[in-house]
Amino acid sequence: MAKAPVLARGFELPLEPRLPRIGSVDAVALEARAESLAKRSIKKEAKLFALELAIRMIDLTTLEGADTPGKVHALATKAVRPDPSDESIPSCAALCVYPNLVPTAVARLRGTGVKVASVATAFPSGQSPLDVKVRETEEVVAMGADEVDMVIDRGAFLSGRYAKVYDEIVQVKQACGEAHLKVILEVAELGTYDNVRRASLLAMAAGADFVKTSTGKLSGAATLPVTLCMLEAIRDVHEETGRMVGMKPAGGIRQAKQAVQYLVQLYETLGAEWLTPDLYRIGASTLLNDVLMQIRKERTGRYQSPDYFTVD
Amino acid sequence: MTELEKKGKAALVPSGWDYAPAPESREIVRIDERYGHFVGGEWLEPRETYTTIAPASEEPLAEVGQATPEEVYGAIATAREAFENGWSGLPGSERAKYLFRIARILQERSREFAVLESLNGGKPIKESRDVDLPLAAAHFFYYAGWADKLEYAFPNRRPRPVGVAGQIIPWNFPLLMLAWKIAPALAAGNTVVLKPAETTPLTALLFCDVVRQAELPAGVVNIVTGDGRAGAAIVEGDVDKIAFTGSTEVGKAIQREVAGSGKRLTLELGGKAANIVFDDCALDQAVEGIVNGIYFNQGHVCCAGSRLFVQESIHDDLVEKLKRRMKTLRVGDPLDKNTDIGAINSRAQLEKIQELVAAGEEEGAEIYQPPCKLPERGYWFAPTVFTNVAQSYRIAQEEIFGPVLSVLTFRTPAEAVEKANNTPYGLSAGIWTEKGSRILWMAERLRAGVVWANTFNRFDPASPFGGYKESGFGREGGRHGLEPYLEFEP
Repeated sequence: MAKAPVLARGFELPLEPRLPRIGSVDAVALEARAESLAKRSIKKEAKLFALELAIRMIDLTTLEGADTPGKVHALATKAVRPDPSDESIPSCAALCVYPNLVPTAVARLRGTGVKVASVATAFPSGQSPLDVKVRETEEVVAMGADEVDMVIDRGAFLSGRYAKVYDEIVQVKQACGEAHLKVILEVAELGTYDNVRRASLLAMAAGADFVKTSTGKLSGAATLPVTLCMLEAIRDVHEETGRMVGMKPAGGIRQAKQAVQYLVQLYETLGAEWLTPDLYRIGASTLLNDVLMQIRKERTGRYQSPDYFTVD
Repeated sequence: MTELEKKGKAALVPSGWDYAPAPESREIVRIDERYGHFVGGEWLEPRETYTTIAPASEEPLAEVGQATPEEVYGAIATAREAFENGWSGLPGSERAKYLFRIARILQERSREFAVLESLNGGKPIKESRDVDLPLAAAHFFYYAGWADKLEYAFPNRRPRPVGVAGQIIPWNFPLLMLAWKIAPALAAGNTVVLKPAETTPLTALLFCDVVRQAELPAGVVNIVTGDGRAGAAIVEGDVDKIAFTGSTEVGKAIQREVAGSGKRLTLELGGKAANIVFDDCALDQAVEGIVNGIYFNQGHVCCAGSRLFVQESIHDDLVEKLKRRMKTLRVGDPLDKNTDIGAINSRAQLEKIQELVAAGEEEGAEIYQPPCKLPERGYWFAPTVFTNVAQSYRIAQEEIFGPVLSVLTFRTPAEAVEKANNTPYGLSAGIWTEKGSRILWMAERLRAGVVWANTFNRFDPASPFGGYKESGFGREGGRHGLEPYLEFEP
């Protein structure tokens, strides 16, 4: 086991006179900026572009105690072909499931291009011994998961044991091997944007491929301001190191209109380079059908009954 | 893998995302071909007229009156009559009713006003919709609340109205400045003759319609239009109080004219605000505040944060972030809901901006403008930032009143205060730091009427606004804003 440094890497004081590495966030101004970006009026082709992109970025998610192979199979099929009546609709980015359902997902999705993502590390609380978390990660990767969505230990973070949080991420990243690592901060438990920024930088310093807002198990999951806060942290890391880290808002994004707002925010904060599923995902379950409905409305000029879109 | 599945995973990274045009419809507002002066509740046929245009397209919008001194004096006499025969004797609660009514009508017709404001003034619809109109209505609501509480606002001082107020307003926030002037004047029991700016008369003229709809007694609000000659006639006329918002040059001329006449005067003039950024600030939000401070309303803001003082240790990083942010500003059609920066208000203003920017380049400052395509017709100026600016450059001294920012540096808080105060103006200032004690230390020392901390260009009817030094005197907004419109028993 790697030994956690006294100060987590990424937190030492730089000697060069440059940006403070951590910095702070002004809540009022951050929320005002997020609100103003949310007011962009996206119409016609620009809207269709966003809606199709949103589908390609969706991590279609089911994380219920009641999940069964049947349910996962149905959802996987939906992820591959969200609208069977329309050839032009792309597949989703990934299907996100609990570890035990990874084999079912892998069996259905192998060769389709849709990735299998699994939550791990004692999701959603993260309150388990590190060796259990590492073992769980190794298992899901061995079962064929392409991506691992881990949770940080918020208890450790909130009690100031940043090194523990950092070290766990490093270990899990190692256990991931080739699999991509998304680090869930569970922002609703962090309490302040300053903490969200710190946790984002900590996760990126420890090797996260993506930072993700929430487990979806709490209310107050992804919001526009908190996502903007994380995008700004990603931007600072990119400016300083050139590394491009991905972003995944998850939880609470249910309507196509919201998805468009998130993409506007992404585009105007990080630029066109990030408008790809390789660097942005939206964790959602009910969003997909609303996007499909809006696409059809945009193309035909009228709304269709929700019954024309499959409930999976 | 099917074709469909392959397509779904095609790694398409677009080179950009062109937002489709999203114009707010002009249909909602009806513009007459010709407007007269609004005096005594009636439209008077003007003796002379001129054409008011849309600065974004130079398209003529309407013929409006150029008031002669006789017409102005007539309006003042009408206002005096209305003051003496009714309005000043009306109970405060009655006056409040009219003001509440005006506020509600403004809210109901806000889209109409917003579209007209953007059309005639060039400002982006998102600003007229989200800032000008809500604030204008809020001012009427706020002062409506004071109308029957003047005795409580100034206890034991027996406040009474001064009489007829002559009010001259600028073109940067036409309807909002009208609200700042008319609401407190009426709440205090005065009647008014108001002249909107020459280039932006239309929302004031539409406001006459609101005055009628609210059934305000005739002659309480009179609007005359025209250029500086009409303004001069108001100043020379038989008014009891003059309220002027505009340039320092004209303000000085008014003060000279009024001297010894016994007329009360408040002036809200130019500014060259310092926006001071410390190294411990929330950097990304400070960048937003800087952008809002100088590019809001094309920089046509008297309290614009046009001098940016950056702590030298973060200068390079901050400027880099600022330039990056400037690239996302959308310049264009004021009626497009996605426009961030609209048209410059007039050809004269554009020429003034161009002249000062040329001076900045000549003096040796380094200019940056993000790539942006400006429309061919109309008056436009790209958002501009100057770095390597010395305190002695004209662009650091003179008010540009356009989307042009000058960046200077400082090393210590004391130096920041010294440099920030080193200007003939003193309207506003901004401080960006996470350290509360430093905000208080700075605010105590900055000679500016408004000091914003970790925000900029934020207005509220309850908050008094006004200047130090050559930025003027008198306060508008808040309880303080009533005082210039009241006499007190000795």
